[in-house]
Amino acid sequence: MKIYGVALLSFCFLLGKLLGTLLGKIIDVNGDVGGVGFAMLLLILINAWVNKKGGLEIETKEGILFWSGMYIPIIIAMAATQNVKAALSGGPVAIVAGSVVTLSAFYIVPLLSRIGRGQTKTDKDE
Amino acid sequence: MSEILSQLIEKNGLLFSFLFVGIIMWVSFKISKTLLKNKIPGVALAVILGLTLAFLGDKKGIADLSLFSGMAFFGGSMLRDFAVVATAMGADINKIRSAGLVGVISLFIGVFWSFTIGVICAYFLGYTDPASLATIGAGACTYIVGPVTGSALGVSSEIIAISIAAGVVKTIVATVGTPLLANYMKLNNPHAAIVFGGLIGTTSGVTAGLAATDPKLVPYGALTATFYTGLGCLLCPSLFYYLLRIVLNG
Repeated sequence: MKIYGVALLSFCFLLGKLLGTLLGKIIDVNGDVGGVGFAMLLLILINAWVNKKGGLEIETKEGILFWSGMYIPIIIAMAATQNVKAALSGGPVAIVAGSVVTLSAFYIVPLLSRIGRGQTKTDKDE
Repeated sequence: MSEILSQLIEKNGLLFSFLFVGIIMWVSFKISKTLLKNKIPGVALAVILGLTLAFLGDKKGIADLSLFSGMAFFGGSMLRDFAVVATAMGADINKIRSAGLVGVISLFIGVFWSFTIGVICAYFLGYTDPASLATIGAGACTYIVGPVTGSALGVSSEIIAISIAAGVVKTIVATVGTPLLANYMKLNNPHAAIVFGGLIGTTSGVTAGLAATDPKLVPYGALTATFYTGLGCLLCPSLFYYLLRIVLNG
């Protein structure tokens, strides 16, 4: 049933958020620290573990995949509900940060590509 | 009639927001495909359109208009985080293995680099408190990592909007810049595409940029890029924020 998937997703979400909040308490930050990341990690691990035993049922998977598909629409709704007027009065920081980060990362690509180049090729030959 | 209609919509705000966002996406993807020939991804266009629509309101963007109040819940942090977690379903541990060591290294360097450079940019443009800096730095990773970090650290909607915008700029620069700089990056083999995906990370920008360079490279870049946002959501509001506070206080 689809609800099993949604329930599993909720379980990972809540447990992840709990871990994040506890971590926040430990490092003295008010709020949840990395909760979403923990929840994702949890889902990946549970999924991998279940896959070894034959995998989740299709219906269960669909319950999760539906929410994964709603990700972009939610991001758009989120963008439409931000305080953009105030953000714009903050000046060019978004444009500067976004461009500098991306262009500078381009320049690291050829440097990092040197690592393990032969290895990937042999992987492909297999 | 119009009063009946507006009452109906206000009562069913969330459902109306589904319809409304659906229309935004349909229009954006049409424009991206026909007018822009996929040069700018439909997703980036839709986010830009969303940010533009937010100008119709004030603090809560378009949700300040009662007709669109459902947008606040649809785009609120609960459903957003829920959907972000759901995307991990597509992550396959075997795929991580096939990306190999270089994929993992480039992912970590990519997230760290974007965060650090983003923070430095924001610092020089006058932001000094660690939570705002971390949010903008996280936004320079992707337009998801920014808001996730921002709401975890409790910053204002203004800073979150900046972080989304930074992520969108990144997507566009990646899309337009990748084919132009592909030769310099020696971006002509799967190995380089895996590194590229891990370093840039913004999935729509990586896939669109690679598609414009050489469509055969898209799956390799997407392979690492799909893990980027998750890693960013894990590291930015926790370890990186923690380190940032130490650096700023020290």
